[in-house]
Amino acid sequence: MQRHLISAADLTRDDAVLILDTAEEMARVADRPIKKLPTLRGRTVVNLFFEDSTRTRISFEAAEKRLSADVINFTAKGSSVSKGESLKDTAQTLEAMGVDAVVIRHGASGAPYRLATSGWIDAHVINAGDGTHQHPTQALLDAFTMRRRLVGRDAGLGQDLSGRRITIVGDVLHSRVARSNVDLLHTLGAEVTLVAPPTLLPVGVDTWPCEVSYALDSTLTKSDAVMMLRVQRERMNAAFFPTEREYSRRYGLDGDRMARMPEHAIVMHPGPMVRGMEITAEVADSDRCTVIEQVANGVSIRMAVLYLLLGGNEPALAHPSPTTALTTRRFAPTAELRTTEEK
Amino acid sequence: MDTQNTQSDARPVLEGPDIARVLTRIAHEIVERAKGADDVVLLGIPTRGVFLAQRLAAKLEQITERKVPVGSLDITMYRDDLRMHPPRALARTEIPGDGIDGRLVVLVDDVLFSGRTIRAALDALNDIGRPRAVQLAVLVDRGHRELPIRADYVGKNLPTSLRETVKVLLAEEDGRDTVLLGAKRTSQ
Amino acid sequence: MSKILIRGAKVLGGEQQDVLIDGETITQVGAGLSADGAEVVEADGKILLPGLVDLHTHLREPGREDSETVLTGTRAAASGGYTSVFAMANTFPVADTAGVVEQVWRLGQESGYCDVQPIGAVTVGLEGQKLAELGAMHESAAGVTVFSDDGKCVHDAVIMRRALEYVKAFDGVVAQHAQEPRLTEGAQMNEGVVSAELGLGGWPAVAEESIIARDVLLAEHVGSRVHICHLSTAGSVEIVRWAKSRGIRVTAEVTPHHLLLTDELVRSYDPVYKVNPPLRTERDVMALREALADGTIDIVATDHAPHPHEDKDCEWAAAAMGMVGLETALSVVQETMVDTGLLDWAGVADRMSFTPARIGRAEGHGRPVSAGEPANLTLVDSAYRGPVDPAGFASRSRNTPYEGRELPGRVTHTWLRGKATLVDGKLT
Repeated sequence: MQRHLISAADLTRDDAVLILDTAEEMARVADRPIKKLPTLRGRTVVNLFFEDSTRTRISFEAAEKRLSADVINFTAKGSSVSKGESLKDTAQTLEAMGVDAVVIRHGASGAPYRLATSGWIDAHVINAGDGTHQHPTQALLDAFTMRRRLVGRDAGLGQDLSGRRITIVGDVLHSRVARSNVDLLHTLGAEVTLVAPPTLLPVGVDTWPCEVSYALDSTLTKSDAVMMLRVQRERMNAAFFPTEREYSRRYGLDGDRMARMPEHAIVMHPGPMVRGMEITAEVADSDRCTVIEQVANGVSIRMAVLYLLLGGNEPALAHPSPTTALTTRRFAPTAELRTTEEK
Repeated sequence: MDTQNTQSDARPVLEGPDIARVLTRIAHEIVERAKGADDVVLLGIPTRGVFLAQRLAAKLEQITERKVPVGSLDITMYRDDLRMHPPRALARTEIPGDGIDGRLVVLVDDVLFSGRTIRAALDALNDIGRPRAVQLAVLVDRGHRELPIRADYVGKNLPTSLRETVKVLLAEEDGRDTVLLGAKRTSQ
Repeated sequence: MSKILIRGAKVLGGEQQDVLIDGETITQVGAGLSADGAEVVEADGKILLPGLVDLHTHLREPGREDSETVLTGTRAAASGGYTSVFAMANTFPVADTAGVVEQVWRLGQESGYCDVQPIGAVTVGLEGQKLAELGAMHESAAGVTVFSDDGKCVHDAVIMRRALEYVKAFDGVVAQHAQEPRLTEGAQMNEGVVSAELGLGGWPAVAEESIIARDVLLAEHVGSRVHICHLSTAGSVEIVRWAKSRGIRVTAEVTPHHLLLTDELVRSYDPVYKVNPPLRTERDVMALREALADGTIDIVATDHAPHPHEDKDCEWAAAAMGMVGLETALSVVQETMVDTGLLDWAGVADRMSFTPARIGRAEGHGRPVSAGEPANLTLVDSAYRGPVDPAGFASRSRNTPYEGRELPGRVTHTWLRGKATLVDGKLT
């Protein structure tokens, strides 16, 4: 991970663990009377949302505000984007305003990558979901939730998810959440199984670092976590599956199926849930279901990512230091480098 | 990368027994100045300040025969030099159960130098609660303050030049107790 | 018109010879020809080829003059060694009437850089529903013989059958853009390992192959010839090979970019690599090269598709599809076919001049380099190697996937009926 967070695949195991560990400390801020840190004072972050996503936007916004960043929300609806302004022009407009980071949600796969690499702007780019490509902070918050539940809050510090068996069920084909999770969970040492009807798996999935199954029941019994993906009803009209009833019978998670999961296993969902489709109300409301925790954890994860990307030096501020290389921004645990000399 | 660890010309200015002795003295001073220390909360500043706080707490418990709340206060997010370095990994902030409101907080750190760490610690405390008073205990005060800050309890005053380095090693982290004074190596 | 003596050129890559042009015609080919007042061009061992013929060019005029005009497009063609280009019908208005094809044809005549042979649309407005007036376009001054809805597929099997049958009356040919529309809804790139990872809509090989399979069978059934545009998959090669072995009158083209580039490049999300049909895999590239070498694929056609900068300087999904190709085609063919030993220069002449001229019935083009033939020639410095610099393009557009890439070969001279259109790499 360098200046940007575009894909979960860009994170090394150590990067990912550092983010999770940092998020664990950030989470503790939420328990304090003043849920705010001065860390990003004077930094400007733009939430550039070309797609409606109130949950993700407010999660980022909460994270940015808790770190004292100046926040600008830019949604495409009602803006000049809807009048034909290009992503490039929008980006350059933001650049002219002197923003330090752009959190971008875009319907086109690759738009954040393009923003980060095209030379349109200098700001850090954080991908808040692009098309059917990636949603790295979602994968991070999912991994954070798993580590807390399966390894433990404090016991998890410094740990990855080695040997944990994670099952992801549903519309993998159209899911950036699935792609990000497969990448990140693999990096963290987990064993991932994707379960979906063959129509909802991409051609080429066989090269992904995971197992693929068409049958839910046989994988449930050996899963530490089962992540249900949202299945949009419209997919039915494009013949991805015959009927809602058949889908939920074959791939939905109900109470009976949940009962077959190991006792410690959790049920996850990135939200918003389609109750009665991929998940029954009984499962969604059970205490094994981590949906609400995932939302809370999302703020901590996004705080961690923002801090680790933006909290450090700008090349312009770089002045000689005996201890650190100032030329490149990078994720590196530097606590052990702290000495009396820096105080 | 800092240079102390590889330095050969660093010489010890405090050894293990010295450190134990000055901590005992500081503990007594705290009891004396805080009139029994019954509302004292010790907050160590990571990394080594935390170990010193824990050792002080143990000594205070011996003296007062009461449990003394001890915790840690990470000041990373409050530092004024964040943008001069790559982002740092965060350390734990652990406030003892009863909090700090209305209590006497004694901040504990290994070396007092520019005072900027303590400034950051005061800011951090401000977001956590409202102590009755805040005091500062350090193992070594090496001078060269850049802010109007002073320590209430000092293990050793150590006049240094800016070209010197002070490194505190503690058994919990480094395998042994010692304070080293060395010469800064000009790198790059 | 004056005389020109091209001295010491390797004609079709063979022995060094001299070629004398008098007026519009080659008058002598042989060793040690006398200059005798002719202007001498020292070829010095460069390769002399018949002027190249492109069966698949988008000149964009009328309608999208911001990306290309007939004039800039034919200048680009001359720069690339072409003396004849077939202009695709997907202009605004669509070239589906005698009026529009005549307009394009006249603009070509006026440009003077390259003959322009308009291609007529198969269906009205490229909409795939109603046959355009194919006969009227053929009888117009433009004399259209190639018909294509390129950019769109003639997907209705009945319309395709009728078109194949109808053009038999005047020896025409339908050039099919093979893309099953339902299988490519929302398609953004080749469907496979890379599309799965990048989350871009998949464009399956079968969407191309199923149409080719259908159309060769239709062509067989009605006894027509059919031409397949920009074949891009190994499976398509197999179908065409099978069809030819059965005696079906099918011809096929491949673009330079499908001979060189793969879908791995899409990982950059740089829309300069966005093209229809999409870049495929390494395996497809190798199959296409082999098929071009063994004649299964008959010709190289550029599918030169100019687009203005803003249509490529954006996110992938919003970008236009296509690449410019006229000015880099020969270099890419040298890189992928000649320098790899798959094809000699005579083979290049066949795939890029003789055969495309024959498929398109281009009078006076694709002729041997011998006495009495029209002096449509191009001279290639095959020893040259250097980076592609789009700033030097004659095309109005710069959407090349080769910017900065080192490629071999440089066209130094082009003659259109004895008139130099390119001299020492500079347009006249």
